[in-house]
Amino acid sequence: MAQASVPSTPLLKDELDIVIPTIRNLDFLEMWRPFFQPYHLIIVQDGDPTKVIKVPEGFDYELYNRNDINRILGPKASCISFKDSACRCFGYMVSKKKYIYTIDDDCFVAKDPSGKDINALEQHIKNLLSPSTPFFFNTLYDPYRDGADFVRGYPFSLREGVPTAVSHGLWLNIPDYDAPTQLVKPLERNTRFVDAVLTIPKGTLFPMCGMNLGFNRELIGPAMYFGLMGDGQPIGRYDDMWAGWCMKVICDHLGWGVKTGLPYIWHSKASNPFVNLKKEYKGIYWQEELIPFFQSATLPKDCTSVQKCYIELSKQVRAKLGKVDEYFIKLADAMVTWIEAWDELNPPSEASADVTNGPAK
Amino acid sequence: MSQASIKDIEIDIVIGALHSDLTSFMNEWRPVFSRFHLIIVKDPNLKEELQIPEGFNLDIFTKSDIDQVVGTSAALHFSGYSCRYFGYLISRKKYVISIDDDCIPARDNKGVLVDAVAQHISNLTTPATPFFFNTLYDPYRKGADFVRGYPFSLRSGVTCALSCGLWLNLADHDAPTQALKPMLRNSRYVDAVMTVPARALMPVSGINIGFDREVVGPALFPGLRLAGEGKVRWETVEDIWCGMCVKVVCDHLGLGVKSGLPYVWRKEGGDPIESLRKEWEGVKLMEEVVPFFQSVRLPRSAVTAEECVVEMAATVKERLGPLDPVFARAAEAMVEWVKLWKILGAGSSSTRVQET
Repeated sequence: MAQASVPSTPLLKDELDIVIPTIRNLDFLEMWRPFFQPYHLIIVQDGDPTKVIKVPEGFDYELYNRNDINRILGPKASCISFKDSACRCFGYMVSKKKYIYTIDDDCFVAKDPSGKDINALEQHIKNLLSPSTPFFFNTLYDPYRDGADFVRGYPFSLREGVPTAVSHGLWLNIPDYDAPTQLVKPLERNTRFVDAVLTIPKGTLFPMCGMNLGFNRELIGPAMYFGLMGDGQPIGRYDDMWAGWCMKVICDHLGWGVKTGLPYIWHSKASNPFVNLKKEYKGIYWQEELIPFFQSATLPKDCTSVQKCYIELSKQVRAKLGKVDEYFIKLADAMVTWIEAWDELNPPSEASADVTNGPAK
Repeated sequence: MSQASIKDIEIDIVIGALHSDLTSFMNEWRPVFSRFHLIIVKDPNLKEELQIPEGFNLDIFTKSDIDQVVGTSAALHFSGYSCRYFGYLISRKKYVISIDDDCIPARDNKGVLVDAVAQHISNLTTPATPFFFNTLYDPYRKGADFVRGYPFSLRSGVTCALSCGLWLNLADHDAPTQALKPMLRNSRYVDAVMTVPARALMPVSGINIGFDREVVGPALFPGLRLAGEGKVRWETVEDIWCGMCVKVVCDHLGLGVKSGLPYVWRKEGGDPIESLRKEWEGVKLMEEVVPFFQSVRLPRSAVTAEECVVEMAATVKERLGPLDPVFARAAEAMVEWVKLWKILGAGSSSTRVQET
């Protein structure tokens, strides 16, 4: 049996949605069945809405195609990308659950060095339910893991950690390289299983990959907008990057943590590097402006909710990146539209939208 | 990425001898150490004669050497674990590797003996990437690279000045942790090296390190000495203190610090409950030390490690001195150290000697 013993990690089956963007088919779900079947799936169908995407039997799901997105959001649907997996963030918006796990449809179950199938979802849940430690680097990585702890010299006052907002998983086999690297190293495969989870320190940015990603939607959901990509846009393959940079700035501001490392999934499909190059091309040199922008972005103390932080960021994007290209003005608009749509679909209830600021910067 | 080929003559291995019988230690490390020059510094408080097996190229320094070279210094103490700093001072090599004398080579997940020296050198001679985190860890390792979204302008990296290794078996936990979890042993071999990002501080353990002496030598010194400092790591924080200094210096000078491989196997020893009595001092001090280092800002005019340490010493004296005399003494030690370094430590005898 896949899950024979009483799981020590809670299943969270009524608190977690799995969001999957797809344009082809969902055959990959068969391999994930032992791990995913208890959960509700939100399928975001990209591309031609008249195509019928068959969902394997036995899964509980809701499926949205472009017509649904247009119908639900009306004019605000303009913020959701078309012909790009960035459309997945629509799934985050319509979910009603506390946690989201998102995975690409070319990602399969990986094996750990002992040959055992890796339950990626269980590891993400472990990561999200245990604290992060962004204020001081623990050299033995995640101190809350079995068999690990804080090292000598780690201040006791920092050992409680902070809530974990995002769990960023990795990939074996086809690595997530950009197009130039793929062109230079078409045969490189990631075969190194690094048995670690670690918190990315406060003030440090990273490239967030959306292929194998978990997050606390209640905490950070509104910051997980995947931008304007794909059809009619000058750029692609920067959706998750964009979300990751916005998210990290906001998490750093609000005192939450981001983990990276385990779990691994098996990434099976190498996308065409020439197609990728066309999509990424502008991103590669815009990135040089984006990184200093995010590294120096500060949010005022009165931004006490994710939405307020995000709107503030959108203003800074407009003011500072608008000069780089008009695209960023469109993107800043879309960021605002996203928050408006989010708040419409997720009206603040008894849980206040404001959260207390984390420890002072 | 081409790696500079480092000749063995550019490396010193410095061992602080806290135990007199180094026979099994040296024999265990023989396959790794025998190519290199070793500096063995005997803890001045150790009474017994050192026992060292044949077949090594080494120099031994004892209390009388230390006294002769350093003279009488009220501020600087080279006893206990700090004896190794004397070795750092008088070394003339570009790279120094230092390992505690209660550690032996570890084996990796495939059972292969880990050449800790080779890994430290590899870490030190490939760039570090402190300005942006690479999710596949060290991009210069075979089979890895920078991931999508990593800015190209940051891909040449910076010089790696410090390489912090890890420990299997008895990990470097503090006494309270080890006392609470007496069975806790580190059996997880994490196959990664990564750059610790700029402005992120960490506890640097002196048990297994390598560094570029030419670049950060002045920032590794015996500074913070606990009143009850003892002969087990649980009763010290001297390495944690200078590790913070080194990280601040590296962040300021645009240098990198790596953490992860290599592992060493740390043997059983000491009684954490016994050490608890003494270590509370260290644990309490860390509560002041960490916020202090997180807020230290060095002036633009400090462009060498020496200048950085002098500036830091002044700030330590001013801000931490009033809190506890141990900090005032640390500040004095830092100033003394830099003076000593300028006379004795600066320079190496071979900088990338090209001829064979």
